[in-house]
Amino acid sequence: MKISRILKTILLIDFLSGLFIAIKESFKTKKTLNYPFEKGKISPRFRGEHALRRYPNGEERCIACKLCEAVCPAQAITIDSYEREDGSRKTSRYDIDMLKCIYCGLCEESCPVDAIVQGPNFEFATETREELYYNKQKLLDNGDRWESLLAANIKADGPYR
Amino acid sequence: MIEYLNILFAEVYKILFLLIPVLVSVAMIVWLDRRVWAFVQKRRGPNVVGPFGLFQSLADALKYIFKEIIIPASANKIIFILAPIITMTLALISWAVIPFGEDFVLADINVGILYLFAVSSLGVYGIIMGGWASNSKYPFLGAIRSAAQMVSYEVSIGVIIINVLLCVGSLNLTDIVLAQEKLWFVIPLFPMFVIFFISALAETNRPPFDLPEAEAELVAGYQTEYSGMMYAMFWLGEYANILLMCSLGSILFLGGWLSPIDLYPFSLVPSPLWLIFKILLLFILFSLVKAIVPRYRYDQLMKLGWKIFLPLSLIWVVLTASYLFYFNLLPTN
Repeated sequence: MKISRILKTILLIDFLSGLFIAIKESFKTKKTLNYPFEKGKISPRFRGEHALRRYPNGEERCIACKLCEAVCPAQAITIDSYEREDGSRKTSRYDIDMLKCIYCGLCEESCPVDAIVQGPNFEFATETREELYYNKQKLLDNGDRWESLLAANIKADGPYR
Repeated sequence: MIEYLNILFAEVYKILFLLIPVLVSVAMIVWLDRRVWAFVQKRRGPNVVGPFGLFQSLADALKYIFKEIIIPASANKIIFILAPIITMTLALISWAVIPFGEDFVLADINVGILYLFAVSSLGVYGIIMGGWASNSKYPFLGAIRSAAQMVSYEVSIGVIIINVLLCVGSLNLTDIVLAQEKLWFVIPLFPMFVIFFISALAETNRPPFDLPEAEAELVAGYQTEYSGMMYAMFWLGEYANILLMCSLGSILFLGGWLSPIDLYPFSLVPSPLWLIFKILLLFILFSLVKAIVPRYRYDQLMKLGWKIFLPLSLIWVVLTASYLFYFNLLPTN
């Protein structure tokens, strides 16, 4: 017992078998994604970059009820409202400070008209801080850009809400 | 005067002809290291910058150059700046005596191996100065550790070199390679090759002996306070040293630039390519070891160096010497 152990130590048996395994493993398929060129699948419930959606006729969904502003735990949302000529209540200002946002998804859940949503996009890093203070225009543009995916995600996740 | 300048320029060109390939290959070797490490762990490693990510190290170097060099307020400014310069200079000047082929060496001095040994012993100064001048606890502890470690393993490397020298009878590196024309020293001196390889790991602070920069306990060891280009110089010096140890291993044991078989297709390959091939082989072994072996504890490291490697290599010196003497094989010149 003792002698076999000494022999094992001197002949570096454990080390060599480890080396052999390492060489063998290094030729197997990679477990990681080739990230910028290949992306992982994300759930329809994914909470990424915010977007403000519109109705199919182009009307903004948001009715300025300010529920999201009230529920936001990080107080990242700021909303001002006004009365439009036709008597409907609309937002004159809808700002999200993306640096304050904790991506909890409460704004999306509180919204009665599915106006503010968190989309599948998570690659919106910027070079300056100012670019991450989103205003209404930016959020609406996001909504227009991602609308097809957003609608599909809301539909897919609907039965579980 | 003009003649003098001509000679000077000729020498400078020769040095640049050696140093620029060395620096480029250091950059490539860092990429190779990361890539091999990643492959063992089934990751991809750097593969975006350039073909197969080959230019990753150049991108890293560019980033280091543009970063600010921060000198701690309590640091000893002169020694702090001098330390990385010494590390890199010592790592690069040793390349002068490495032969890439017959008559293909910058300085063919007759005590080449002693020169290499002396320069690599000085290497500890860069680390100690960096650790001391930072005036902060982690660099200091890292420097102390690395000093103890490098000194202990230097001893066994020295004794192993004596083994080879007994068989060669010359301190010139070209002679050492030429003495292996019939039989590479890795075959008769195989245990010494293994011990040399492990000591070289310890000498260059590579895992599993990377205690001086053990990130779990010492942040980054002696490099903790360094930033920007000064950090990059430590990093360059470290990898140049690793490359040097690999080439020393291939010159002492693997027959340097000699081809494994002196037959038609093999003898056509130019001799520097054989040396580069052997260095690469040893380096890949270096990085595989990094990927598979856990870090040693400090007392285990010291025990391995003083209680196992040193007696073993000393016994082997006696064995080699008595064998050569008894069979009257001692080299004569």
